[in-house]
Amino acid sequence: MDGGLLFFFQLLVSGVAVGCLYALVALGFVLILKATDILNFAQGEVIMISAFICYFLVTTLHLPFLVAVLITCAAAGLMGILTERLVLRPMLGEPVFAVVMVTIGLSIFLRSMTGILFGHNNLVFPSPFPKETVKMGGIILSQTQIWIMISTLALIIAFFLFFKYSRMGLAMRGTADDQNVAQLMGISVKRVFAMIWAVSFVSAAVAGIFLANVMVINLGLSFVAVSAFPAIILGGLESIPGAIIGGLAIGIIENLAGGYLDQIIGGGVKDVTPFVVLFLILMVRPYGLFGKKEIERV
Amino acid sequence: MAIRSKTFRESYYEDIKLFQTIWIKFWMMLFIIALVAVPFVTDPYLVYIIDISCIATIAALGLNILTGFTGQISLGHAAFLAIGAYTTAIFASTLNMKFWVCLPASGVAAACAGLLVGIPCLRLKGLYLAMATMSFGVVVEYVTVTWEDLTLGVRGISVPTLDVFGYALDSNEKLYYFLVAVTALAVIAATNLVRTRVGRAFIAIRDRDIAAEVMGVNLTRYKVLAFAIGSFYAGVAGGLYAYVMHYIHPDHFTFLLSVQYLAMIIIGGLGSVLGSVFGAVFVTVVPEFIKALAQTMTLVFPALEDKYDDAWNIAAFGLLIMLFLIFEPKGLSGIWLRIKTCFKNWPYTY
Repeated sequence: MDGGLLFFFQLLVSGVAVGCLYALVALGFVLILKATDILNFAQGEVIMISAFICYFLVTTLHLPFLVAVLITCAAAGLMGILTERLVLRPMLGEPVFAVVMVTIGLSIFLRSMTGILFGHNNLVFPSPFPKETVKMGGIILSQTQIWIMISTLALIIAFFLFFKYSRMGLAMRGTADDQNVAQLMGISVKRVFAMIWAVSFVSAAVAGIFLANVMVINLGLSFVAVSAFPAIILGGLESIPGAIIGGLAIGIIENLAGGYLDQIIGGGVKDVTPFVVLFLILMVRPYGLFGKKEIERV
Repeated sequence: MAIRSKTFRESYYEDIKLFQTIWIKFWMMLFIIALVAVPFVTDPYLVYIIDISCIATIAALGLNILTGFTGQISLGHAAFLAIGAYTTAIFASTLNMKFWVCLPASGVAAACAGLLVGIPCLRLKGLYLAMATMSFGVVVEYVTVTWEDLTLGVRGISVPTLDVFGYALDSNEKLYYFLVAVTALAVIAATNLVRTRVGRAFIAIRDRDIAAEVMGVNLTRYKVLAFAIGSFYAGVAGGLYAYVMHYIHPDHFTFLLSVQYLAMIIIGGLGSVLGSVFGAVFVTVVPEFIKALAQTMTLVFPALEDKYDDAWNIAAFGLLIMLFLIFEPKGLSGIWLRIKTCFKNWPYTY
């Protein structure tokens, strides 16, 4: 392969790795959105807090990585249930604006509390993955990137099976479809909501742990969730496959734009590209690739 | 003699009158006298707090017109402030313009940006609008950092002292009267706006846009107008901010600032001019209150020393937003209204 093409493929593949993380984050958003019609702006803080918890477990308590991951996921799930019970349930039936603002309030509250508890320093996660890079047909990948792709794939398959075959997954799909009917069928909608928040937070926690391996851990980690907004919009707000494809697409676009445009405009293109894309999607096709076009009835 | 009824009005004009009773006029006069007297009787720090409250009030009014009255969620209000602040800073420092050029120019520049965002956002509602305005905020932040030829990037711009017709306002006390006057103008303009045809159209759009359209409200026109007016206010506030702080930096206009303005209108009361003022003052004062509280706490528990920093303020905002939305969605102006009605209808308060 010649240099130019190789450069393109290198950007493409590392874009997929970033996109996988976006997909996980987007998945967390979409799960809540689909079932409860709430866009949780505090998702980024969950990512960040999970990264901090995992760091704390591994460095201070010297737990093995896998155990730390499991405990972090459990903590995130518990946090999800608590959030739903204490913050969101009193807001049932309130206008969209109020609910959005409650989650924004929650997000800045959590972020500053994390700052107070864990400090503002940049922490470096002791990576459990070997440092050696893997070379495949000229494309260089780090082991972390490969693990990110594998785990995301595994999680997505697990989610798919959960929604398809488990009783709770079926209840969740039913609730997302029509809350009243689900209630009539004997599904406890309250419990389903709490479980959905838990599942969504766990998905965010996994993304957080991997992000901690790729980036430094600091309060800025929560910003990743904001970069995942374009992914959910691109996928169409309420579609789970859409979130995954949207996440991958945004990762790839961001990396390609960063790779090619940074030399022309100057640094930082990577960080704004998702937002420019978001703005464009909203202008052209607000309901995304897989979302249903909203028809308003009066 | 007819019994005086407090809520009985005979014409529509009486219903929308600015001063409903002679007492409101009286209290207003008293309030204005108190405002004029403030710099003579209190310490300079309080004057400074009122100065920044004034700026916050103007920006919060703009956001309340857009979000509270018209119902268009904006998470990018800080971007309009940034545009206003940078316009003033560049006009005043590089081009040596006077304030009566800079401030209106700030407003107009921000209003143009508002139009630019408003027109494509016409099709969007609720969550989508929130995200679109938020991404606009991120893009503006990026531009202020990157476009170094214009904004000097992260070095920031110094702004010369505000000079009103040859009289330099170089201290907070001198700035005070100027800021209070501009704020009063902004409050009067907003009050008048919301009781006219335009204001009623805004409220109709907020309550149900389709119904408003059916009744003959031109949605496109009024939504864009709301964006333009809201960002004009923000632009003027940004210009004043540049003058008061003497220095602006991209870090002053982050997403957090947008959230702070939303906090103001939520805590104050959505869709209420009075609420914007309450909220702006409240949110400006809360950090000072927490600081004082932290200092008293250190006296009692010496172990807490040096534990206080900005993060506590931000945490308090988050908590306040949540608590107000859950327990008092009408905000401070709702509480105020309840207390007022309680006194007005006494002894029949129920």
